[in-house]
Order: sequence, then structure tokens, then C-alpha cells
Amino acid sequence: MTVLRERAIVSLRSAPSLPRHVRIQYDPVRLAFAVLAPEKVFWPNDISLDILRRCDGQSSVERIIADLAADYDADPQDVADDVIRFLQEWSDKLLVKL
Amino acid sequence: MSEPILPPIGMLAELTHRCPLQCPYCSNPLELLKANRELDTQTWLDLFSQAADLGVLQVHLSGGEPTLRRDLEQLIAGCSAHGLYTNLITAGVGIAAGRIEAFVEAGLDHLQLSFQGARPVTTDRIGNHQGSHEKKLETAHRARAAGLPLTINAPIHRQNIEEGQEFIDLALSLGAERLEIANVQYAGWALANRSLLMPDRAAVDRQADIVAAAQEQLAGIMTIDFVTPDYFAIYPKPCMGGWARDAFMVAPDGAVLPCHAAQTIPSLRFERFGDRSLAEIWTDSPAFNAFRGTEWMREPCRSCERREVDWGGCRCQALAIVGDAAATDPACIKSTAHTRMAALADETGPSKTAGDDTFIYRRIGRDFDDSDNPRR
Repeated sequence: MTVLRERAIVSLRSAPSLPRHVRIQYDPVRLAFAVLAPEKVFWPNDISLDILRRCDGQSSVERIIADLAADYDADPQDVADDVIRFLQEWSDKLLVKL
Repeated sequence: MSEPILPPIGMLAELTHRCPLQCPYCSNPLELLKANRELDTQTWLDLFSQAADLGVLQVHLSGGEPTLRRDLEQLIAGCSAHGLYTNLITAGVGIAAGRIEAFVEAGLDHLQLSFQGARPVTTDRIGNHQGSHEKKLETAHRARAAGLPLTINAPIHRQNIEEGQEFIDLALSLGAERLEIANVQYAGWALANRSLLMPDRAAVDRQADIVAAAQEQLAGIMTIDFVTPDYFAIYPKPCMGGWARDAFMVAPDGAVLPCHAAQTIPSLRFERFGDRSLAEIWTDSPAFNAFRGTEWMREPCRSCERREVDWGGCRCQALAIVGDAAATDPACIKSTAHTRMAALADETGPSKTAGDDTFIYRRIGRDFDDSDNPRR
């Protein structure tokens, strides 16, 4: 058996992006942002949405954490824990690329 | 209705009933429609437009074999223009050169490819099509080369349930992001072939162990979604996420249905797109409202704490096993027919050996003798 992929682990240097089969889209019927993925639709809360929107393949996880800590006026360590946990979970479901 | 009707999220478009394969568990109805009953291009495009306006976010383009529609590129482009997420559900046999690339160009988001077996001999026998396994492998490679994300769909029954690990290895080797291990739902063709398809309990347990281990081991490598077999369940599945709750399907002739098998419920009359708008059918159609929400429920569903978890389960299965579409799904341990359903699984299970292939194969225009149909 050939396995073509390895599990990615989040690091501060990762530059996460959304894979091609995942997209964020505003839904004018429900007045909310939806994340569309194969056979699934997610309705992210504001913080999840803020993380996902920064997954542009350019910004490092370190940068994303710093930006969010500034935006939310929150302790960077708390933000770091949340962001890393969130990204690892989404990466494990193949919904975020690291 | 005491609760407001929510807009639908998903739409399954069965573009055609034509298919090169003849799988004996096909989810299409026993009475298959010929090509001359299919909606034309413009009607499908109107339907996708109305679906998007109504709140649909995802369209699953299916069949039969949807790539037999020569206008599939146009239909994908029509969906994309409305921001609809498009998922092509294909058997992957006989797709002409260049077409997969054209689907991508038109905006296709994702491709789901079925494998009837993990071994060529199984795939070819179940679909009754020589060489189909090889063609599917080629389709998978072409899809990957075109940059498409890939789900492998493996419909599971007694004839292939021992290939669980091989399905996982196959999907991994094809680079799939997702694998669906989907135990067959016993309606329509699958019900007619139930005695040949029902696995035995020990095999179901082995399969569950293999899938659970692989799900843990493959985090971040491949997602495995597992559709558990109803006949061995304790609680029913929320069929379609609840009747007329967030999804619907459209048959090739434009009949708008709450689920694949809804037309097996004789008391319901379904409406066709074109005669009425999609929004009217979704909100007003008596068939959609028949089992929507929880108002229609009787005991034990009515007072059950799970009533908004599984929404009473599958209406078609209630009809097929209990003889009453408004009864509790017999997959539920609270159903009076639950032990009868479990007994059906046990008595059909080990009685025939794997390799017995006197299937009633799915064919358009098949002279189907209903007396062969073990509905009860």
C-alpha cells in the first residue's frame, strides 16, 4: 500500500490555507458565513471564522495568533492554545492545509 | 406545523437513471425512467437557480450515471454561477477523454467515485460490468491529475464486507481525502436482493473494529465516514437529516422527493418541478409536510428524548418492515418491530454463501415481478 499523505502537525511556522474543496461563503438566505466542504456545511462562530479567514497560505500561525490577540485584546498564550487546537483539529479532518 | 420551515441546504439531483452498471442495491427506484423522461438542460438550470435562491448550498449531481448526460458541463457551470458547491457522484466508467478536465473548468468542486469492491473481481461482478474496476482506477487518477478532491464511496454488504481493510488501502493509494464506508440501505433494489446482501453480525462487528482503528490511525491523512447498518442498530439514523428538514432530491423527470425511496410510500403524491416552483413544493407540498418535524409522530417517538436527534428515522423502512410509514423506524430499539427486524438480519444473513450471484441486477425496463420482492 502506498500512502500519499502524512499527518501534518501545527507549528508556529506553518502557513495554513484552505484546501481546494473547502470554501467560505456568505449565505444571503441565512445571513451567515458557511464553510462548504464535501458532504458537509459548517456554521463557524466568529472566532473560528476569524481564524479560517486568515488561512491564506501566507500568514504564519505565529502571525495569526498575534493578529487575533491584538484584535480581541486577549492574552496571546490563551489565543495560541485555541488557534493551535483549532487548526490541528481542522487539519486532522483535512479541512485545513498546513 | 408548529415550527417554521427551514430552507434546505442540500439537493441531490438524479440527472438520469441510465447507468453502465447494474448494482443490485441501487438506490434508484425499481421502476427506472428511460432517457425520454429526463428533464432538459434548461429545466435543470432553472431548478438549480431556484434551489440557490431557496437556500441550497450544495448540489450532488448523481444518477444513474450523471456523466451520461452530455450537458453535464453546462449543468455544473450553471450551479457554479449561483455559488452552489458541486459534488459529482459517479461510477467512473466510460467517461470520455477530456471531460473530467472540462468538469473542473466548469467549476466542479469535488468528485465522489464508487467502488463496488476493493478487488477487481468483486467490482466487476457486483456492477455486472467486466473491466469496470480498471476504468474506475483510471478515473481516480485522472481526477487527481485534474486537481479534483476525491471521495471513494464503498457500498458495503455481505459480498464485500470482508474487503474493509482493502477498501481503506485502495482509497489511500488513490490519494483520496475521504472514504465512505456505507452499509447498504435496504430499500428498492437492495430490499429485493436482501437475502444475498445482508451481512452476518460477526462480519458487521469485525468491520466496525477495522473502521474505528483506521479512523484513529488516519487522522490528518484520510477522513473515513462510516454509515452503519440499520439492521444491527439500536437507534435509527436521522434519514436525510430528518424528512424535508434540510435536504431533498429530484428524480430525472423532475419529481421532487424528500428521499430516494419516498415513492415507495403509496399514500403520498409527489409534485414535479415545472408544475410548481421549487419553493412552493418545499413549503406546501403535502408529501413534504407529511412527516416534517415532530407533529406527525406517535408514541414512542412523540415523547422520546431523541425525537429531534433522529426525527423518527426512516419512513420508508417503517413502511417496508412494519407496513406503516408513520410507525417508528424498526431500527429503533423502542419499536415493537425491532426484534423482528433483527431476526430478518439473522435469518437472511448466514443462509447463503458469499459468491452466490443470482442477484436481481438493476436494469431499466426490467420486467420486475413484485411477488419476488420480500417486502415483509
